[in-house]
Amino acid sequence: MAKTLAQKILQRHSLDEVGTAGQIVCCKTSMVLANDITAPLAIDSFRKMGAGKVFDRQKVALVCDHFTPNKDIDSAEQVKKVREFAREMGIVHYYEGGNVGVEHALLPELGMVGPGDIVVGADSHTCTYGGLGAFATGMGSTDIAAAMALGETWFKVPETIKVNIIGNLDKYTTPKDLILYLIGIIGVDGALYRALEFTGSIVDEMEIEGRMTMANMAIEAGGKAGLFPADDKTVAYCLEKGFENPEKIFSDDGALYCREVKIDVTGMSPQVACPHLPDNVKAVDELERVKVDQVVLGSCTNGRITDLRQAAEILKGRKVNRDVRFIVLPATPKIFEQALEEGLINIFIKAGAIVGPPTCGPCLGGHMGILASGERCLATTNRNFKGRMGSLDSEVYLGSPMVAAATAIAGEIIHPGKV
Amino acid sequence: MKYTGKAHKVGDHIDTDAIIPARFLVTSDPVELGKKCFEGLEQGWASRINNGDILVGGKNFGCGSSREHAPIAIIGSGMPAVIAHSFARIFYRNGFNMGLVLLEIGDDTGKISDGDQLEVDASTGEIKNLTTGDIIKSLPVPEFMADILSKGGLVNYVRGKVA
Ligand code: SF4
Repeated sequence: MAKTLAQKILQRHSLDEVGTAGQIVCCKTSMVLANDITAPLAIDSFRKMGAGKVFDRQKVALVCDHFTPNKDIDSAEQVKKVREFAREMGIVHYYEGGNVGVEHALLPELGMVGPGDIVVGADSHTCTYGGLGAFATGMGSTDIAAAMALGETWFKVPETIKVNIIGNLDKYTTPKDLILYLIGIIGVDGALYRALEFTGSIVDEMEIEGRMTMANMAIEAGGKAGLFPADDKTVAYCLEKGFENPEKIFSDDGALYCREVKIDVTGMSPQVACPHLPDNVKAVDELERVKVDQVVLGSCTNGRITDLRQAAEILKGRKVNRDVRFIVLPATPKIFEQALEEGLINIFIKAGAIVGPPTCGPCLGGHMGILASGERCLATTNRNFKGRMGSLDSEVYLGSPMVAAATAIAGEIIHPGKV
Repeated sequence: MKYTGKAHKVGDHIDTDAIIPARFLVTSDPVELGKKCFEGLEQGWASRINNGDILVGGKNFGCGSSREHAPIAIIGSGMPAVIAHSFARIFYRNGFNMGLVLLEIGDDTGKISDGDQLEVDASTGEIKNLTTGDIIKSLPVPEFMADILSKGGLVNYVRGKVA
């Protein structure tokens, strides 16, 4: 049977014969992940299951990135619980202090995930690793506890939507704009229970960081996974990060898709998702004078070095609008260091931005940039649900790093070509 | 298992930040989380709930994050079951694992109004609207999940395997 990428990867890890969509298969997991919010619950379930040890000390990652540096006593207690568990189990990949980064930026950077892997994480944006050709998906803490104990989990083989992206990309249009555009077309439940598989000339040309930005938001369309083929670029990226023996993987010719979406990007403007759902997408030029109080550049969607470079390029020699708080959070310590070396941090500080440590922080309304009632933020993050970044009466718009930088300068959401 | 209670209707695409905002995720205690259930929809929403009431959602209920705190908050608020047009994938799995009864009924959500008195039979998946007299059948639970449920949930299922 000709297989989609999802079917092919599941097959690699399963003794069952992986067939058509809807079938339940049991698969071995390559990496199992939890964070400071979800690990405490997973640890409780793990104990209740009577498990004495994790299936593999090397293949469980515990990343305390959401409320760290711990914002209050309760979050400090949660992290303490995770830390003690990590010590007890001898978990190799425990991150909390100066080594911590936003989980989905951190794991690829450390060479912990690669093509053909199955990664499950107690975090919905685990789908990010689809950018590397891994079948990666989010689950709840108890499912993750089971995977930590057994090294396996069950999946329903998903149907796949093929997304073919072609055309000529404008210099201000980025992978973030492409994924927002797609979600705008198919809706927040457009890929419910399904996988997305990206192909086309634009995908072939796209760098790995951009692919991860797109795969990251598959869940915003309800998707189970957002998969990119693993090509020469993927192999080179993974080798550089120290992942062992990365292999190329493509879907088979003749594989069955439940739907095909074709996107010609020629002439596409930067896109913005308006409150309060990620599918409320408009071209940036369609917005009329939307003033903002805050701009956030960071997160597992757009906190990588390419994102910081793009924003800095626009910000260089300019000033952040005096009515705007521009918060920049490099997603990992390595990205921070690189941004320092390249002079990007300098550009941000000189322009009047606030540069903070790698953390999820304001992305989930945790800390370091919470919105008051009536306030509005443009963020490079992935969710703009009501109250996501603070008050129920605040608003979040989602956009690319370039739109973020331009907006920070102008004080209103604006096309990066217009500042 | 049968549950009788008042229906509380919410809209389409109710996300996990609406069910339990992230600022409350500094605990995993059901009672504490239950007090803040739907605080992301409206302040003090949970105060309307009487033990045994039933939540009725629209399309894609529970979309967003993987936080298991969402089904825990619903259970903690006193609601044993959620009926919806459809469920977001991660929430559906989590709900089962937490022992929350989930019934998917598609467009039949139109046969339930806010405040109706409902009787839910978790074993047959049948919903009786005691206010209107309508009887609604939910979609069957996937076989594999029913199997996990019959083994006493995922925790017990794994317990059997690690022992
Ligand atoms: S950056 Fe935001 S979306 Fe990403 S893992 Fe952290 S909280 Fe979740």
